[in-house]
Amino acid sequence: MEYLTPNFTKEMLKDYTILFPNMAPVQFACIEKGMRSEGIHCEVLQNAGSEVAQLGLKYVHNDTCYPALLVIGQFLDALNSGKYDLHHTALLISQSGGGCRASNYIKLLRKALVKAGYGYIPVASINPTGLEASSSLPLTVKLVRKLIACAYYGDEISALRNQIIPYEVHPGDTEAWVNKWVSTIGEWMEKDKEYSIHSIKKNFQKIANDASGIEIKRVPKIKVGIVGEIFVKFSPLGNNDLQAFLEKEGCEVNMPGLMGYINYCCANFHLDTKLYDMNKTFGIAAGQLLNILDSIGQSCTKAMQEAGFHGEGSFKKLMKKPEGILSLGVKMGEGWLLCAEMIELIDEGFSNIVCAQPFGCLPNHIAGKGVTNKIRERYPQANITAVDYDPSSTKVNQENRIKLMLAVAKEKLQTETSM
Amino acid sequence: MRVGLDIGSTTIKCAVIDDNDKIVYSSYDRHYSHIIEKGKELLQKINSEILHGEKAILAISGSAGMGLSDSCGVPFVQEVYAERVAASRKSPDTDVIIELGGEDAKILFLTNGVEVRMNGSCAGGTGAFIDQMATLLKMSADEMDKEACKAEKTYTIASRCGVFAKSDVQPLINQGAKAGDIAASIYQAVVNQTIAGLAQGRPIKGNILYLGGPLTFSKCLKDSFDKTLHVHGTCPENSLLYVAMGAAYYADKAFDFTKVVEALEQYNAHADFASLPPLFKNREEYWAFKNRHAKASVPRIPFDQEVGPVHIGIDSGSTTIKIAVIDNASNLLFTDYRSNDGQPLPLVIDTLLKLFEQHPNMQVASLTATGYGEELMKNALHCDFGLVETVAHFTAAKYFKPDVDFIIDIGGQDMKCFKIEDGAISDIFLNEACSSGCGSFLQTFAQALGYKVEDFAKLALFADKPVDLGSRCTVFMNSSVKQAQKDGASIECISAGLAISVVKNALYKVIRASSVEQLGRNIVVQGGTFYNEAVLRAFEKEMGVNVIRPDIAGLMGAYGAALYGKAHTKPGILSNMLTKEELQAFTCKTQSIQCQGCGNHCQLTINTFSDGTRYISGNRCEKPVTGKASDDSLNLYAYKLQLLESYRNKNTDGSRGTVGIPLVLNMYELLPFWHTFFTTLGYKVIISPLSSRALYQQGQGTIPSDTACYPAKLSHGHVHWLSQQNVDCIFYPCMSYNMDEHKGDNHYNCPIVAYYPETLKDNMTELENTKFYNPFIDISNRKIFKKKFPKYMKDVFQYNDKKMIEEAIDKAYLEYEKHMEAIRVKAQEMIARARKENKHIIVLAGRPYHVDPEVNHGIDKLIVKQNACVITEDSIAHLVQPFSTNVLNQWTYHARLYAAAKYCTMQPDMDLVQLVSFGCGLDAITTDETREILQEGNKLYTQLKIDEITNLGAVNIRIRSLFAALKEREEEK
Repeated sequence: MEYLTPNFTKEMLKDYTILFPNMAPVQFACIEKGMRSEGIHCEVLQNAGSEVAQLGLKYVHNDTCYPALLVIGQFLDALNSGKYDLHHTALLISQSGGGCRASNYIKLLRKALVKAGYGYIPVASINPTGLEASSSLPLTVKLVRKLIACAYYGDEISALRNQIIPYEVHPGDTEAWVNKWVSTIGEWMEKDKEYSIHSIKKNFQKIANDASGIEIKRVPKIKVGIVGEIFVKFSPLGNNDLQAFLEKEGCEVNMPGLMGYINYCCANFHLDTKLYDMNKTFGIAAGQLLNILDSIGQSCTKAMQEAGFHGEGSFKKLMKKPEGILSLGVKMGEGWLLCAEMIELIDEGFSNIVCAQPFGCLPNHIAGKGVTNKIRERYPQANITAVDYDPSSTKVNQENRIKLMLAVAKEKLQTETSM
Repeated sequence: MRVGLDIGSTTIKCAVIDDNDKIVYSSYDRHYSHIIEKGKELLQKINSEILHGEKAILAISGSAGMGLSDSCGVPFVQEVYAERVAASRKSPDTDVIIELGGEDAKILFLTNGVEVRMNGSCAGGTGAFIDQMATLLKMSADEMDKEACKAEKTYTIASRCGVFAKSDVQPLINQGAKAGDIAASIYQAVVNQTIAGLAQGRPIKGNILYLGGPLTFSKCLKDSFDKTLHVHGTCPENSLLYVAMGAAYYADKAFDFTKVVEALEQYNAHADFASLPPLFKNREEYWAFKNRHAKASVPRIPFDQEVGPVHIGIDSGSTTIKIAVIDNASNLLFTDYRSNDGQPLPLVIDTLLKLFEQHPNMQVASLTATGYGEELMKNALHCDFGLVETVAHFTAAKYFKPDVDFIIDIGGQDMKCFKIEDGAISDIFLNEACSSGCGSFLQTFAQALGYKVEDFAKLALFADKPVDLGSRCTVFMNSSVKQAQKDGASIECISAGLAISVVKNALYKVIRASSVEQLGRNIVVQGGTFYNEAVLRAFEKEMGVNVIRPDIAGLMGAYGAALYGKAHTKPGILSNMLTKEELQAFTCKTQSIQCQGCGNHCQLTINTFSDGTRYISGNRCEKPVTGKASDDSLNLYAYKLQLLESYRNKNTDGSRGTVGIPLVLNMYELLPFWHTFFTTLGYKVIISPLSSRALYQQGQGTIPSDTACYPAKLSHGHVHWLSQQNVDCIFYPCMSYNMDEHKGDNHYNCPIVAYYPETLKDNMTELENTKFYNPFIDISNRKIFKKKFPKYMKDVFQYNDKKMIEEAIDKAYLEYEKHMEAIRVKAQEMIARARKENKHIIVLAGRPYHVDPEVNHGIDKLIVKQNACVITEDSIAHLVQPFSTNVLNQWTYHARLYAAAKYCTMQPDMDLVQLVSFGCGLDAITTDETREILQEGNKLYTQLKIDEITNLGAVNIRIRSLFAALKEREEEK
C-alpha cells in the first residue's frame, strides 16, 4: 500500500490554511507573521496536552524519535479539533535532507494521515536539498528574505528576553516588551518594510536599545545554557517546558538562536564541497550565503553588546570551537553545532549546560553524550547534564537530574560571589 | 536540632542530628509508594518524641521527595549533592562514592575534579532490579545474598534493565541452573552495569565508599565490586543515612513540624493527573459485559470412567504449567494451571500420576507438549508430539471460533498475535523483550504496591479516573506510577491505568494497529492476562469492538496441544508416553556446562533421565549432540565470515609500518577494501579479532552513551585490543556517505556507522599513546576519492608516491567488488542447492556487522538447524530494479534490505527474517516498511531484536512459528 496524500500546489496558496508545528515560540510567532504578510494563510500550532503524544504513539512507530511523535501527534490533534475546514487545510513540515531519521518525518506524517483517515490533506515540504520537488511550499525571493528577517528578529528578541527576565524589577515587563516587538515586526512585514539586510542591522540596535529601558536589578544568578536536538531544545512541548522550569529555579537561561541551525545547514553544504568535492556551485553559493548570514548575525551581536547585553559570537568563529574535539564532518542531526554551542556557552560563562535530546537520538550519541567527557577535560568548569526526552520518561526523573546539575552550579556560584 | 529526610523511590529515611553532631534518631523504612502518609507519620513521630514541639532545621532530599518538598515549602536538596555533603564530613578521605538506591545508581568522584554521575532513565542494575530478580528466584534479598556467596560460577546476564535480565534469568531457572550461581551472576550484572553506565572512561580507584541499601545489605554485591574494580571499598556506619544526614547538614531553615504536616495534609487533598475515561460507566454496564463473556465457554463433561481414550496437552511456559485433558469429541475433561516454581518436570509428573490414580483405567491416546519447556517434556516423558506454542494457541482459537480473524494471546511473559486470512496465518506479531507489557508486568506492580494480582485487577474496574500512563516498558512505567501517586492518584486509578497501558502496548507497539479494521471483526483474546477483566474491558474500549474471551483463556496453549494430538492420532492407537510405573520411578539429573565447540560458547544444560537418555538444551547447533561440526554449506553468514577471516593470512612484512583496523560496523564490509589498499602500499595490517563478550568488557568502561547499539559499543573493545598490539596507527575512517548502489534517494550511512570513530577518539584514554586516524572521506565517487586521498596519505602517512597510491586505490575498489561478487555468486550456488534439496531459503537480513557472531548470537546457525538455507540481504539486493518506497530510502544498507524484501516476494520458497539491533533508531523506520513490502507480496514478516544478550528461546519460537505458519499455509492451499 502506498501512502499518497495530495501534492501541495501553488493554487492551494489561495484558499488553504497551512498549519505548522511550533518549535521556538518567539521566533515562530515572527515567522508566522512574515508568512501571512506574503498572502500565505498559515497558523503555528499551539495545541498541547497528553492527547498530542497519545496520537503520535498511536499512528507512528513507537521507537521513532520523540519529535516525530509529537509533531505528527500535534498535527492530528489539530485536525481532530474541528477548528479547521479540513478540505482547505494543508500541513507544512521541514526536512533537513541529512542522514538522520528526521528527513523521514514527512513520509511518516503521510502514512499517519492515511491511517487516521486524513489521506486527502496535502503535506508541503520546506527543505534545502530539492526533496519532494512536487510538493514543496512555493518560495519567492521576497518570502525567503522576510523569513530570514523574522527569524533573526525573533532570535534577538528571545535572547534579550532571556537576559532580562530573571532580573526584571516589575514582573511582566519583559513579556509585555516581547509581545510589543513581535507585533511591531508583524506590522513591518505587513507593510513590506524593514526586511532588507540594511534595515535588519539597523533595527537590531533599535530593539536592543529599547530592551535596555526595562528596569532590572542584577543579582548573582545561576547561568544555564540549553543545547540539544533542535526540536527538543526549543519546543516547550518537547522538553516539558524546560526553560520555564529553569527560570522558576532562579536561573538565567541562554538558548543559542534558531539561525545558528540555519547557518549550520548552510555551512554543511560548503563543507561537503570542501571535504568531498561535492556539488561545487552549490557549495560556493552556500559559502557566500553563510557570509551574508554571518554578517547579519554579527551586527545583532554588536547591537546587543552596545546596549549592555551579551550576544552570540560570529558563526565563523563558532565553527572553530569544536577543533580537536569533534570534526566539522559530523553533519547529521545537530552534529558539530551541538558541540560548538556547548563550548561557546562555556566561553561566555554559561558553564552549566542542559543537553536535551530525544531518547535514542542517534547523532547525539556522538555529538552530545560522546563529546562531554572531552569538553570536561578541556574545560574543568563545565557542568553538563544530558537529559533524554520521550513520551514516558517522567518529569520527576528529568528534573531530578537537572537539580543535581543546579546544586553543583549553586555551590560554585556561592564560592564565586563570596570571593 | 537538624533533621534530614530522604525519600527515595522505595524507602524513606530520616536522620535527626543534635548540636553535638550526634545522630539522636534515625529510621529506614519501605514506603510502598505511600509517600505522603509515611512522610507525615515520620514527621509527627519526630515532632512528638524528639522535638516535643520545638522548631528544628529541616531539609528534604531524594527522588520522591522533590514534589513533597514543593508542596510543604521545605527546601529540597538533590540527593547526590546531599550525599557529598555528608561524605565530606563523615569520611573526608574518600575518593569515590558508589551508591545504589532503589532505582538510581550513582558514582561520585570527589578527588581530582569533582564529578557526579547518575544513571540515565533506561538503566537497571539498581535495588528495584535486585528485588525483582529475588522475586523471580523466590527468595528474600537476604537469602539471595547468602546463596550468592556459595556460588561456584557466574553466567552472563544482561543488566541493561530488569525486563532484559528477566528473559536471561528465566531460562537459567528453567534449565536448572543453581540458584546461588544465578544470584551471584545477577550481582555481577549490577556491577557491570554500574561501571559501564557510569564510569565512562574515568578510572575508579583510591578509597571507595559504598552507600545505599543494596550495598549495605549484600556482602556478595560489595565483594563483586571489590573484585571487579580491584579495590577494597568500605561500607561505613550509617551507610543508609548519608543522604538524610547530608540534607540535615545542608538545611538552613527552621520549621515548626506541626505546620509542615498541615501543609502536607492540604496537598493530599487534590488530585491532579492526566486521566482517561472510566472502564465502566456503572454496575449495569459491568454486568452486561460479564454476562456476555460468560457465554464463551468450551464444552466440558465430567471425567468419569466412560470417557474412552483421552488426549493430554501440556503447555510448559516460562513461569507456569498448564495441562488440559480432552476426550475424543474434544470435550474438556480436566485442566490444571499452576506456577512452575522453576521445576516444571516434577510438577507435571505429579499431576499425571494423580490423574492415573484418580482414573485407574485412563487410556492416553496422545501426549503433546508445547511452550518453552516443550523439548524437555518431549524428551523426558516421551511425548508423541511437540509443537511450537504459537501453533498451539492458533489451533485452540481456531477450533473455538472457526471464522476468527485475529488472535491476541497475552501470557505471563509473551504476547503472541496472529492475523488469520482464509483460515491460515497471514501475519504474526510477537512482543520484544523491551516492550513486555504482559501478565508479569501487572503482577510486579501489584506486588510492589502490596496487593495480590487478582485483587489488584478488581480495583481497576470502577476507578473513576484511570491514570494515563502511556505504553512504555516496565522501567519507565515505574517512574510514571510514582509520579501519578505523587499527583494523588488512587490505587484504583493506577490499576486501571496499568491495565489500559498493557492494551496500548499490545496494540500500538506490538501489533502496530491504529484501527479495528486492521484486525478484523472476529477477535479472540486469550492468555492468562485476559482473565483480568480490566484488561479485557480496556481492550474492547480502546478498539471499540466486542471480542471473544474463551473461559479457558489461560489454558488455550494446552488445549490446542491436546487438540493437535487428537487430530494427528489415528483411532485405536495409544500414546508412547512413559507408563505409570516409569513415571513413579522417574528421576532427572541436571548439569550445566559451557560448550567449547566454537566461539558461541553456548551454555548447555544436560538433563540425564532415569532411563539413561540425555537431553541437551541451550545449543545453537548440533555439535554438542552429534559431536560433528555444524554444516555451514548452506549458511551464507558463515561464508561471509570466512571470506573476511581469510584476510588475516594475507599480509606483507610491513616495511612501511603496521596499521590496525578494527573489525567493527562498516569494516565488516570494507575490510577487503582497506586491507588491500594498505597491503598494496607495503603496510602490515593487523585486524582486531572477532568480537566476544570478553573483548566487549575490555572496552565497556569508555562507552559514553549506554543506549547506543551493541555493534557500536563493541568497537570500544576492538580499539582497546588494537591499542595493545604495538601498531603504528589505527585506521578507522568516518564516512557520512556509503557506496552508491543507486537503489534509493541517497546513499548515507546511519549516524553511528558514519561517525562512531569520533566517539572512540574522544573517549578512549588508550588512544593517548596510539595514533588514531579517522579521516572524513567519501568513497562513493572513485574519481574524487582518487584525487583527494593521496594528499591525506602524504600529509598523515608521509606516503609521497601518488601513483602508487592511485594504484592501491584501484586495487582496493577491485577487491571490494570481487568480495561483493563472491557473496552474490555463493548465494546463487546455495539457492540452487537448497532448491534441489527442497529446503526453504531464509534471507536473514541485517547489516554487514550482523555477520559478527557476538552480534548475531548464532541465529544463522539456529535457522540452518531448522533445515533451511540462510542467505544475506546483500547477496540478492541487486536482483531487483529500483522501486519506490513509502519511506525516504536514503541509507545504502537499508536500501538493500528493502530490495531483498521485494525480491523475496517474487520467490515462492524464500522468506525474510530481519535482524534488528536494540537501540537502532533507523529500524523504527525500516521495520514497518519491510513488513509492508513483504505483506504486499503476501509474505510473512519476522523480526528478531538482538542486543548484548539474546534470549535464544524466544528467537527459536519465532523461527519455528514462521516455519509452522509456512507449512500451515502450504497445507491450506
